[in-house]
Amino acid sequence: MLELKNVYKTFNAGTINEKLALAGIDLALEDGDFCTVIGGNGAGKSTMLNAVAGAWPVDMGRILIDGQDITRLPEHRRAAYIGRVFQDPMMGTAATMGIDENLALAARRGARRGLRTGTTRKEREEYRALLADLGLGLEARMTSKVGLLSGGQRQAVTLLMATLKKPRLLLLDEHTAALDPKTAAKVLELSDRIVRENGLTTLMITHNMRDAIKYGNRLIMMHEGRIIYDVRGAEKQALHVSDLLARFEQSGAEANDRMLFS
Amino acid sequence: MNLSIVNLFNAMPGSVAQGLIWAVMAIGVYLTFRILDVADLTVDGTLGLGGAVCVMCMINGMNVWAAMALAFAAGLLAGLVTGLFHTFMGIPVILAGILTQLSLYSVNLKIMGKSNQALNVDRYDLLVSLRYLRAMPPWENTIVICAVIVAVFIAALYWFFGTELGCSVRATGSNGNMARAQGINTAFTTVLGLMLSNGLVAFSGAMLAQYQGFADISMGRGAIVIGLAAVIIGEALLSRFGTNFAFKLFSVAAGSVAYYLVLQFCIWLHIDTDLLKMLSALVVAVFLAVPYWKGRYFTKPTVAKGGRRDA
Repeated sequence: MLELKNVYKTFNAGTINEKLALAGIDLALEDGDFCTVIGGNGAGKSTMLNAVAGAWPVDMGRILIDGQDITRLPEHRRAAYIGRVFQDPMMGTAATMGIDENLALAARRGARRGLRTGTTRKEREEYRALLADLGLGLEARMTSKVGLLSGGQRQAVTLLMATLKKPRLLLLDEHTAALDPKTAAKVLELSDRIVRENGLTTLMITHNMRDAIKYGNRLIMMHEGRIIYDVRGAEKQALHVSDLLARFEQSGAEANDRMLFS
Repeated sequence: MNLSIVNLFNAMPGSVAQGLIWAVMAIGVYLTFRILDVADLTVDGTLGLGGAVCVMCMINGMNVWAAMALAFAAGLLAGLVTGLFHTFMGIPVILAGILTQLSLYSVNLKIMGKSNQALNVDRYDLLVSLRYLRAMPPWENTIVICAVIVAVFIAALYWFFGTELGCSVRATGSNGNMARAQGINTAFTTVLGLMLSNGLVAFSGAMLAQYQGFADISMGRGAIVIGLAAVIIGEALLSRFGTNFAFKLFSVAAGSVAYYLVLQFCIWLHIDTDLLKMLSALVVAVFLAVPYWKGRYFTKPTVAKGGRRDA
C-alpha cells in the first residue's frame, strides 16, 4: 500500500548544523496496517511522516502509494491520498474559521474547488451527526470559530477532518502529546475506533511505549534515521515495555526519560 | 482664524465621496492584510496604475465603464506579478510588493507618457467627479454612485468568500499548513488573493482619477497607510457590533469615510497639511501596537494548557 524505498534526507547539508535525518528508510505497509512508530528524540519519526506527506522533497529514494510513485508530487496533491493530524493542536485547523467550515474544507480534499457554495446545508446536517458522535458537545457549536476550542477538542476535530473523506493513508504525528493525560487517552481511543471502523492504513508516532504496544497490529522502532525493529501480529501483542527498552539499549540508543516514565 | 461651521459642512460631501472611493481601495487592503494575512505594498503603485489606465483609455475615446474595467484588469495583472514574485520566486511578500510597486512607477509613466494627465469633466462623460456632488439627480450624484459601487463590491466579495474557492483562500491566510494538508494549492490561492486585492485598488484609482479630474504619478504614495487606517478605524469603531463578513467589509468602508471626515476636520482646524501624512502614519502605528501592548502588558499570566508550539 505505502512503500518507502531507500529514502534519504539530510537537513542543512554542507553547514555546521548538517543532520542526516533519514538514512535509507525501507518500509512497506500492507493495506489496513495500523503501524505505531517509536524511537528517541531525533530518531527521524516525524521526518519520515513529513517525507510521506511531502512537506519537502527527499534527497534520494522513492515513495509509492498503491504502486503510484508520489515522490515528486507536491504536498497539496498528495493530500488527495493522505489524512494528517499533527502534534500541535494549532496546526491542523483554521482557527479563524467555523467548525463547519473547517470540516467542509476537509470534505473537499482532493476535489476541484470551484464557485459552488463552500458549506451546504445538507453537509452541515451530516457534520452535526458526526460531531455528536464525538461526544464533546461540539454539535451545538457548529459555527463557532475553531480558535475558541480547547486543544483536545481541536485534535478531535482535526481527526474528524483527516478521516471525513476516507484517506488511503492516515498519518498521526504524536497527536496526543500536547494534551493532558485524560484528554490524550480519549483522543487516542477515538483514533483507534475511527481507524478500525474504516479499516484505515495508519502510521502513528507515539512516545508512549504502552500505547505503541496496545494499539495497532504492527510496531516499528527508529534510531538515527533507520528502522531498527519491525514487529507485527501476535509477536507484537506479546511485547512488554521491558522488551522495547532492551531493544533500545541494544541499538546503542538511550531510552530517554519520557519513554521510561510513560 | 476662520473656523466657520458652514465651511465644515460645505466640505462634508467631498469628504464622504472621497471616503467611499478610498473604501474600495481599503477593502482591497483588507483582503490581503486580514484575510491572506500579508501586508501587500504593491497597492501604492496599483492605485496610480488604475488612475493612469482609466484616464488614458478615456482620452482615447473609450467608454467610462470599459475604461474602469480595464483599470481593474491592470490591477489584477499587478497582483499577479507580486504573487509570482512571492510564490514562484520565493521572495518575501513585503519585498515582492515593493519590487512591483517600484516597477509600476515606470509602467505608470509609460502609460501616461508624462507624470500627469488631466481628464476634463466638461469634455468627457465621467461617472464620478467633485463637480457632481451637489444639485444632481440621485442617479448622477457622485456620493450615491460611489455608495452603490461599494455595496456591489461588498455583496460580490461576500458571495465569493462563501464559495469553495473563497473558503480555500481564507484557509490559506488562516493556516497555510492546514490548507496544504487539505489539498489546497496555497501558491495559487495566495496569487488569487493578491490579484483580487490589487484589482479593487486599481478600480479605486480609476474612480479617484475621475473624481479629481486627473491622474498623476504620485497619487498612490502612502495609499497602503490610508488603506490600513481605514481597516483599523473601521474595526475599532464597529467590530463590537457584529462578526458577519459582509458587516466587516462594511466596517472597512465606514472606516475609510471616517478617516476622510477626520482629515477634513483637521484641515478645518488649520492644522498644517504638510503634517497630515505623518499624522496618518502615527495613528496607524499606534492602532497596530494596541493588540501587541494588550498581550504584553495587560494580560494576567495564566497557566498554559498543553500547547507545546515549538516541539
